[in-house]
Amino acid sequence: MTEDIKAIKVRPLPKTETRKHVIIVRVMHNFGVLTRITSLFAGRGYNIESLTVGKTHEPNVARITIVVEGNERVVEQIIKQLRKLIETLRVRDITDIPHIERELVLIKVHAGEDKARDEIMRLVNIFRAKVVDVSTDTYTIEITGDSEKIDAFINLLRPFGLKDIARTGVLALTRESAKEGLQEHKLE
Amino acid sequence: MPEKRGADIVIDVLIEEGVDTVFGLPGGAIMEVYDALFDAPLRNILARHEQAAAHMADGYARATGKVGVVLATSGPGATNLVTGLATAHMDSVPVVAITGQVPRNYIGTDAFQEADVVGITRPITKHNFLVTDIKDLALILREAFYLAKTGRPGPVLVDIPKDITQQVYNYKMPTIKDVEDALPGYKPHYEGNPVQIKRAAELIRKAKRPVLYVGGGVIIGNASEELRELAELTRIPVATTNMGKGAFDENHPLALHMLGMHGTYYANMAVYNCDLLIAVGARFDDRVTGKIDEFAPEAKIIHIDIDPASISKNIHVDIPIVGDVKNVLQKLLRELKKKPVEWVKARESWLKQIEKWREKHPLTYQQSDKIIKPQYVIEEIYKITKGEAIISAGVGQHQMWAAMFYKYKFPRQFLNSGGLGTMGYGFPAAVGAKLGKPDKTVFAIEGDGSFVMNMQDVITAVQYRVPVKIAIINNEFLGMVRQWQQLFYDSRYSSVCLAVHPDFVKLAEAMGAVGLRATKPKEVRQVLQKAMEINDRPVIMDFVVDREENVLPMVPAGKSYREMIVSPKQKGEAETMYLVG
Ligand SMILES: Cc1ncc(C[n+]2csc(CCOP(=O)(O)OP(=O)(O)O)c2C)c(N)n1
Ligand SMILES: [Mg+2]
Repeated sequence: MTEDIKAIKVRPLPKTETRKHVIIVRVMHNFGVLTRITSLFAGRGYNIESLTVGKTHEPNVARITIVVEGNERVVEQIIKQLRKLIETLRVRDITDIPHIERELVLIKVHAGEDKARDEIMRLVNIFRAKVVDVSTDTYTIEITGDSEKIDAFINLLRPFGLKDIARTGVLALTRESAKEGLQEHKLE
Repeated sequence: MPEKRGADIVIDVLIEEGVDTVFGLPGGAIMEVYDALFDAPLRNILARHEQAAAHMADGYARATGKVGVVLATSGPGATNLVTGLATAHMDSVPVVAITGQVPRNYIGTDAFQEADVVGITRPITKHNFLVTDIKDLALILREAFYLAKTGRPGPVLVDIPKDITQQVYNYKMPTIKDVEDALPGYKPHYEGNPVQIKRAAELIRKAKRPVLYVGGGVIIGNASEELRELAELTRIPVATTNMGKGAFDENHPLALHMLGMHGTYYANMAVYNCDLLIAVGARFDDRVTGKIDEFAPEAKIIHIDIDPASISKNIHVDIPIVGDVKNVLQKLLRELKKKPVEWVKARESWLKQIEKWREKHPLTYQQSDKIIKPQYVIEEIYKITKGEAIISAGVGQHQMWAAMFYKYKFPRQFLNSGGLGTMGYGFPAAVGAKLGKPDKTVFAIEGDGSFVMNMQDVITAVQYRVPVKIAIINNEFLGMVRQWQQLFYDSRYSSVCLAVHPDFVKLAEAMGAVGLRATKPKEVRQVLQKAMEINDRPVIMDFVVDREENVLPMVPAGKSYREMIVSPKQKGEAETMYLVG
């Protein structure tokens, strides 16, 4: 390699470490658009950790939050492929910008004996969760928070015997209070 | 506003879009559209198989640059389009497919001839639509054309339930503005980033051993002129992919011809040893790169492409430039001309080195006077057509020989299924090309295996008097697979021998075409001469060739260019591995 050439600024090599990315996609809320997105992931062998969809304040616009594990190169490809879909309006990787992540979970747990019931209530209070349904031998608990908090809570309940869990998957919004840090994922 | 049937709206949009020819085959769910076609001012080609119809539309599109249109009915009609759409998708060909669907109230009931066509074709189209309201019909059809031909082109399918084609509606032809408003997220990047273009120019000035690696994007983007200017200004040699053939005149002294698996020795050596690789409208396909870690190992890479997702997909790119290749090359030329360098001097030793490689292993084969060599047939086709014909090929050895031994000089001259590798593509695509370019001689260079996959449509070519010339390179083998078995499976010829063929001459006659055969080298020219005289129907030429000829050079799949097999030793003996570099 000639020295001259080396001096010219080029794109750095992508980072190879794998981590969790949060990607926000705004799409036209058309018939079949969700299938396009999920089949894109399936067809290219990307693994989705969670995917949530919902309407937005704008008519005919849906917002999808995708959590996916991968290295920089894989995630860059995912973002480009998402952008390539005709119905995509905007794609952002917000992993590195300040944002709020929340997930809502409903947990049905065994709670037969008094001792267990007391202990579970203590955990519910500490985690600021809520009991939303009670039967003679179960509690159904609602909790919101980021994934770490929720995972910790579920782990603590596990010894009591989990009957069922329903998770919404991660929702995320960037923090307006840290707007100066907001940066679009660069194409080039 | 005119009150119109859905089917008539379809025809109106086709005419508005400048369509002059449609290919297809009718059936229940699309009968209304065929009824409207009956007296429409459009040339309607009735194919004998929907796959062939799709390839015809594709060949028409590749040869003319216009959008090809194919029609099919629901269920089996639509599923027969699948291979054709996937072929067009892989090679970025603008095709609009219009399929009939069962009436809306039957959708989801497993009705007769119902298939989830939008679901089936989703990953093999650029986009697809199911029309659910006649109000949207005209707009969706116009969106389909717009998407097919802009940005990185590709096939778009519109599935229309039968009851919508029958419904009557007061419609207004949507404008391009309406179309753009309906696609708010679709904004292809046409302008390259000026900072990156500056950097690219800087690299080009400083490089000592640069190579241009040119793909089909230059043809699609109409950037051949700019490419030639760039190569000549900077004295950078040009290697093309299979899809890039014709983007750069192969008789030009800077032409290195094809690179990759069946690339020339000199092209692959140049790429292996270059210090700067400028990829233009190409996508680092595995058939080009071989072992990716050893592809152009010393080079900085500039990549110009309209599709951001092509960039840094397979290989890390140092200078990515997303944009329309014509636009970007024009800007790059302007930038380079600001500070001219004495390019001739700067490149002299590099070009000399390449000449040495060219002399060491030119593209060649062993001629014979007893048996027809397949390469010889291609050379003779080249001579008799004076290098001016449009060539369409099937998939296999004959395709590679057609790529190697015909010297292409203008864009849209070589049509073949580079991305999907679809056997059965060549002949129907030639029919589409001839209908789009009636003044050109069009040859389908076919394999004996590939041709029979769509030979039923010779009937179509006879019916419409489409004088395509079909040259079957008949080795009585699925030759390319046989070659791999010989080289990598210890010559265990499993399921590759095509021991039984129809008599292609009689077959031609039975279908109303002309049949000719050559079994000796001296007959090749006579057969071609006769074929050239026929102008009112297709000709099938059966060239009975050396059965075990191999396509060389070859970089075995997944291997580095250093492991290129350059030449056969003697017949029967295994080929020598030839280490380069
Ligand atoms: C539809 C399809 N099926 C299978 C293949 C795999 N394949 C690639 S080349 C080839 C042999 C083609 O035989 P022929 O058309 O006679 O060409 P030849 O290699 O003999 O020139 C086959 C079977 C393919 N490319 N396409
Ligand atoms: Mg063959």
